[in-house]
Amino acid sequence: MAHGVAQRPESPASAPGAAGKPRRDARWQLVAATLRRQGHRPQALIEGMHAAQESFGCLEPTTLRALADALGVPLAKVYGVATFYHLFSLKPPGAHTCVVCLGTACHLKGGPAILAALAEAHNVEPGKTSPGGELSLLVARCVGACSLAPVVVIDGDTIGRVTPEVVLARVGPWFSDREGARDA
Amino acid sequence: MTPDELRTRAGLERAKTAGYRERVRVCTAASCLSLGSRALQEALVAEVDRRGETDRCEVKSVGCLGLCAAGPLVMTELLEGDTPSEQLLREVQPEQAATLLDGFRHGFPARQSISSDLPFFRKQERIVTAQCGRLDPERIDDAIAMGGYQALLQALHERSPAEVLAEIESSGLRGRGGAGYPTGLKWRTVAKAEAPQKYVVCNADEGDPGAYMDRSILESDPHRVLEGMAIAAYAVGASEGYLYVRAEYGLAVERLRKAIRQGDRLGLLGSAMGGTSFRFHVEVRLGAGAYVCGEETALLASIEGGRGTPRPRPPYPAESGLYGSPTLINNVETFANVPAILARGGEWFASIGTEKSKGTKVFALAGKVVHNGLVEVPMGTTLREIVFDVGGGIPDGACFKGVQTGGPSGGCIPAAFLDTPVDYETLVELGSIMGSGGMIVMDEQTCMVDLARYFMAFCRDESCGKCVPCRVGTVELHRLLDRIAHGQAIAGDMDLLEELCDLVRHTSLCGLGQSAPNPVLSTLRHFPEEYRAHLEGHCPAGRCFPTESPG
Repeated sequence: MAHGVAQRPESPASAPGAAGKPRRDARWQLVAATLRRQGHRPQALIEGMHAAQESFGCLEPTTLRALADALGVPLAKVYGVATFYHLFSLKPPGAHTCVVCLGTACHLKGGPAILAALAEAHNVEPGKTSPGGELSLLVARCVGACSLAPVVVIDGDTIGRVTPEVVLARVGPWFSDREGARDA
Repeated sequence: MTPDELRTRAGLERAKTAGYRERVRVCTAASCLSLGSRALQEALVAEVDRRGETDRCEVKSVGCLGLCAAGPLVMTELLEGDTPSEQLLREVQPEQAATLLDGFRHGFPARQSISSDLPFFRKQERIVTAQCGRLDPERIDDAIAMGGYQALLQALHERSPAEVLAEIESSGLRGRGGAGYPTGLKWRTVAKAEAPQKYVVCNADEGDPGAYMDRSILESDPHRVLEGMAIAAYAVGASEGYLYVRAEYGLAVERLRKAIRQGDRLGLLGSAMGGTSFRFHVEVRLGAGAYVCGEETALLASIEGGRGTPRPRPPYPAESGLYGSPTLINNVETFANVPAILARGGEWFASIGTEKSKGTKVFALAGKVVHNGLVEVPMGTTLREIVFDVGGGIPDGACFKGVQTGGPSGGCIPAAFLDTPVDYETLVELGSIMGSGGMIVMDEQTCMVDLARYFMAFCRDESCGKCVPCRVGTVELHRLLDRIAHGQAIAGDMDLLEELCDLVRHTSLCGLGQSAPNPVLSTLRHFPEEYRAHLEGHCPAGRCFPTESPG
């Protein structure tokens, strides 16, 4: 899961603040409120990260640095925590997300085939974002909707009993012809 | 608030709803919501409104009705006469709102009616999920009307912490998170510890793939869990608590936070609880997608804001846990049992179940079984009853092959042991574990080698990397299984597999590594012919050859 900070592609759209100062960014306010509620104790680090990721879409180096400063936690530890947990992402997400559940029930009922179909059709590796930034293809270990297996979560909507065809039809329109399957 | 005042409040709430002649309960737990139950509920409310029947017909959002795969589920209640008659309806669409309401007079669509006489309902015994699907999880008064918080207030006003502890001990309740440690003993250890600050932590980091009991309980009846935690805090002398919930469970988190706010406002949680000097502040903490945080010491490290890596025990959290203070950690379902035990007595609870495993267990039935959903059965129910009676058997006339319990820490149990009564000990004897309650039914299309490899891939990805046997062992085990699954095994691979399993099991730091070999060992034990077949180059389930399956 660890992505080197140095390799992060620049993405002005989600950079927290023009001059890299997230604390001046309006989106920082949600984070600040969360940290304040926790009395700026170092224990609030994960709560702060949740708030930051919700506001900024991901945890970029400037955000991590701001969290380290605000809580008095070494940046190395902040980075360590951010890369430990699967849910935190250091890279900006695509315009849309599709989470394919690979829990046991979904594994038995066709989850892997859905993942393979998406990966192949849109040239995106599981855990990564498509080259044109249209789609982040993610994998979940279990979303807890086993009775509806196989399940995908598209932009927050849980959809059960899906087939590769259904998912591809839903995702397809996000890709213009030019950025179709073969583009790397 | 005294117990009497609480009873008065409950009576008032019940009086408010006494005028209804009809009631429609719409399931708004995550599974039915994803099938569109919110739109259905809105359509029903609008239709009742249009008919001007808001005084006689109540439309209510409730939690899980159990048969999740048949959602959106609706329970109708005709309240005329002495005994209300109930009818469960499956796959109800918003367009059917008018038809459904007419059904009270003209009968409900037979195609969608589910008989309450099904073994699915008859063979269940509901303690933890007694009010799931009955109460509105977002209204504390509804919970109070059904007896919520009465056990807590009675304990605070009329019983000493020692008496509460004795009641839990006499119930024989054991931890529902999987390992089955006696709950009373754990509570006593924390109660005995002397410290200025103690904590009560609820482990709701339900990470086993295929398990969603805790999610359902939190979504359907959050007050029961909070009440159980508060009773535990009183018994052990803690004043602060945390619920560590998976961040993926958004709805459960939302409902829990709301429930805590409501409890605080009524003085049933927080400071000066129930008008006594006792206080218990409880907060939700979000996980961030690390399976290992279900391990108690890793969970505590995560609450403290760090990487969720386990540490050696002893000292156990009961002696030195959160911030070094004595900490009681129990699972959601364990806490949810507590109010019922206090209300009805430890002896009553101990009368249910088997000699060593008391009470009931909630299982999430999934996989190749007709009735996918949430069930609660007494301990000692046989696997056959759970799969074939409650679960309705295998769909499409397929043949039962085995059942997987305990997720990545558990194992597969073959058809030969279907008549085994389910309790903590028998499952361990069969090479599996009770686990948190996921139960995946498999038919002959499931390849056991593939399944073992699937769980090993899971453990490999989720290993925190702190200790070598788990970090390296799971990678090597997965490679071996991959070779076997692809028919590329070389001489000695099977011996190496068993040797490595033994090593990882006995030298890993925490439960994740220690139990990671279980799916391999149990399939080796119960399905050795499948491994042999792969060595000879074919897969009996037709899953592994010739195309690769991702793992």
